[in-house]
Formats: sequence, C-alpha cells, structure tokens
Amino acid sequence: MLCDVCKQIEAKVHLTQIVEGVTKKIDLCEACSKAKGVDDPTGFSLADLLLGLGAAQDATPAVAEETSQVTCPQCGFSHADFKKSGRLGCAACYETFADSLGSLLKSMHKGTRHVGKVPQAQKQTRDYSAALKALHQKLDQAIAAENFEQAAILRDEIKVAKHKLSENAPT
Amino acid sequence: MSIHDFLISPAEASKRTGPHDRIVMSSRVRLARNLTGLAFPGWAKKTERVKSLGVIRPAVETLPQMADHFADAMDNLSQLEKQILVERHLISREHAAKSAGSGLVLNREETISVMINEEDHLRMQALRPGLQLKHAWQAIDEVDSQLEKVLPYAYSQELGYLTACPTNLGTGIRVSAMLHLPGLVLSEQINQIITAVTKLGHAVRGLYGEGTEALGNIFQVSNQMTLGESETDILDRINKVLQQIIEHEENARATLVEKKPKVVFNHIGRAYGILANAHSISSKETMNLLSLMRLGIDLALFPGIERALVDELFLTTQPFHLQKLFGDKLAPEERDLRRADMLRERLQDVKRPNYKNVVPPPMTE
Repeated sequence: MLCDVCKQIEAKVHLTQIVEGVTKKIDLCEACSKAKGVDDPTGFSLADLLLGLGAAQDATPAVAEETSQVTCPQCGFSHADFKKSGRLGCAACYETFADSLGSLLKSMHKGTRHVGKVPQAQKQTRDYSAALKALHQKLDQAIAAENFEQAAILRDEIKVAKHKLSENAPT
Repeated sequence: MSIHDFLISPAEASKRTGPHDRIVMSSRVRLARNLTGLAFPGWAKKTERVKSLGVIRPAVETLPQMADHFADAMDNLSQLEKQILVERHLISREHAAKSAGSGLVLNREETISVMINEEDHLRMQALRPGLQLKHAWQAIDEVDSQLEKVLPYAYSQELGYLTACPTNLGTGIRVSAMLHLPGLVLSEQINQIITAVTKLGHAVRGLYGEGTEALGNIFQVSNQMTLGESETDILDRINKVLQQIIEHEENARATLVEKKPKVVFNHIGRAYGILANAHSISSKETMNLLSLMRLGIDLALFPGIERALVDELFLTTQPFHLQKLFGDKLAPEERDLRRADMLRERLQDVKRPNYKNVVPPPMTE
C-alpha cells in the first residue's frame, strides 16, 4: 500500500479515527507522517491531514491532472490552487469544485448537508419558493379540471408571489 | 484612542470570574461568515479587500452590542499592538500577520471581537471567563443575526455558510474552551485524555491555537466538524466532553495529593522557589512554573493569595506585554532579566507554600 500523501513510498503508519461510528482511515509513509506531525498528539487531527489531499486520493493521475485544470468562472481560482492551499477562492468555488469536494466533505464532517442556523432572509426565500411551487401545482390542477375562473385567480396570486420572491432576493 | 489605552489592565482582566474557572480559564465561540459575490480574503486582491473592509467595518461598528468600541485597520496597528492582542486572545496569530485591507472591532468589555478579512470576511467571536459556552454562543448569535440584515452573506441551502476553508463549512462555528490541566499532566494521564477527546471528533491544541505548544499545562479543546450538525448539538456534545475532562482533572489532583503528596509538593515548592528568587527566566519556564503555582493556590497551599495574581502574571510575563511595560525593544536575554525582576517583586509578599494547609479536591465516582 502506497502513502496517501506522496503516493511513492510504502505506507508504514496507518491511522484510524472513529467518530460516532464513522471510520476514517489514512495510510502514510514514515517521512510524510513526521512532516504532518502525526506523532504529536496535541497538534494532530485527521481532518487537517485529509485537507489538502483533495480528491486526488481516489483519482488516477490522468484524471487528477484534468481536474487541476478546472478554474472557477467567478474568481479564477484553480483546483491546483486548492490542492496547494487547502482554501477556496470564493463562495462560487463550492459549485465549481463540487465533484472533488464531495468526498472530502464526507471525510471531514458529520454530514454533507447543513443543519443549523439559516439567515432570516434565506428562510423567507425558502418559504416563498415553497408557496410559489404549491400555487403552480394548484394552477395545473385547475387547468386540468378546466376551472378557468380559479386558474385566473391563481395566476394573479403567482404574480404576487413571484414579486415577493424577487424582492427578497439577497442583493 | 490607541489600543493600549483601550484595553482593560491585566490586573482587572484577571479578576474576571466564571463557573469552573479553577480549570476552565475561558470559553469562546467563533463564527466564520463571508459576503456573497466577493473573493475570500486570501484570494482577493488588496483593492478588493480594502473595499470589503469599507463595507463590513461600518456595519459592525454600528451594532448596538458595539456601542462603545475600538476599531482600526490592521495596517494602522504596530507589531507590538498586534502581538499584545494575540497574547490576550483577542485576535488570532493569523490576523496579526495581516495589514492593509484587514481590520478589527472590539467591544468595551472585550467580550466580542470581530476580525475583518482574516481567513474569512468575518471572524466574530464571543469570549467569557470560565465555562460559559452557551452564553458565548447566544452573544455571538445575536451579533450575527444583526449583521445578516445588512450584509449579504454567502450561504447555500445545502452547504450552509460558505467559508474559505472547507473545515469551517456549514455552521462556521468553532466552540472552544481553554483548560488548565496540571493534574492530568503530572499524573501522566494527559495523552490518554487527548486521544479520547480526539476520537470523539474534537481537537486538542496548545495555548495559542493551531500548531502551538501546550505551555503552562494549558490546552484548548474545540469542535472539529461544522457541517451536518446544528450549533446547539455541537455545543451540547463539547459541553459533555468538557464536564468529563473537569471531573478527570479534579480526580487526578485528589489522587496525586493522596498517593503522591511529595511529588506534588516538590513540584509546587520548586516552582515557587524559582519564580520568587530567579534573576533570569524565560517565558516558557515562567508559564510552566506559574501553572504549578496556580495548582498550589487551588490546593490552598498559599493562604490569602488569589488565583487572579497568577493569571495576571501569566499575561504580563508574555514577551510583548513585558516589552510594552518596559518600553523599547528588549533583547531576549534582557527580557528574561526584566521578567525575573517583575516576578520577584510581585511574589515578595507571597509566603512559602504551607503544606499542612492542603485541601484536596473532592473525589467523584
């Protein structure tokens, strides 16, 4: 088994971290384990270690090279930049590099979907879009039932809902 | 007003008390936030950072929680001022390295500190003495809720708050407590505890965060995961871990006093001897010995001496606090002399430890 970091030397250090039943594993050669400070219990964390390895872990060299060419259209940050710094360039990078981030996020966090605080404006947006979707469904039903009077009312309501949604959009 | 004039004196700052402050020196909750449509500070050009600072700073300064505050751009602060803030844990070491395009807003009580354009556009933290993570969270949650009304946050329904580093993604929360654990270190149980805490998905670090040594037997415990778990769940989980560590530390102290009193008294007596009599002492040695004196105070070996004295010395013997006190740039060797002078003077009225007076902490099951 080759080292996960340098991918050249036989791995001698095998680390397993079990967080609430989820097993995370990493295999390192001696030199890389020292360089990453694995032998120091105070300075070591598996998540920090996994970070920076990126998706190259399970990709073949050819594919890895291809992904490192990907650049964020919003800020010009490249996948190679990410591998180097372990940081992203802007919020849009999360979409640009979504494919390679997926496995990384899974390995470092408890889940891959946000649970927790939602900004008030986002909450309203979410509510408004849910309401809008429901209205559209009702409209489809009304049209199917050839209830055109009802459909006209719904069309007006949709107009209002759309307006609310666009007004609420973050600037 | 300069930051030196603004900051609460070390003597006053050390008098702050909170629950479990024998062991938990302070609690902190930090949130990472970014603005949509702008590159993260580490990737943004200087002009962009200056521009975003210009938007964020007034928004923070006008918060009701910040009615009386200190605010400045990092390039206006001297190296000394920045390092003093680091030694007070009011800014990160990373932030001290920033200059043009980064800023700081700090409230009067020094309980809320907002770093602008650190690794993220906003790094806001609430600090409390002792174990008060819930209070710290409530305070910073309020600040955040005010700011989201005026600043367009980078947020995704699926991934939550978007941060420069994927390790902060989701809630963007870092909950941490600074712990004084001499009992676990002396009884050689500390590595076991660190391993256990790490296995539970938390990080254990030294005094000044990532990659720093655990000087003075002081450790920081913080959450590692930020995505897929709510803020309150993260808080509850770390609180449980902290309660356990507190219990283990108290038990370790009680066991040491009962089974190995000579070892404990030897350590504390020597620490007192050196601190009160040395003529040259490094910052590192000072920290480690002050930790033992703090333990001695907790065990009632120094009647009439408050823990605040040691906590104040923890701060004032730090390299940059010392430099500020004596003015000018001191060479390291000279700093060691001044540090020893100060310690001898401050400890001159502290009597030798009284071992007959020892009060071991109660053992728990």
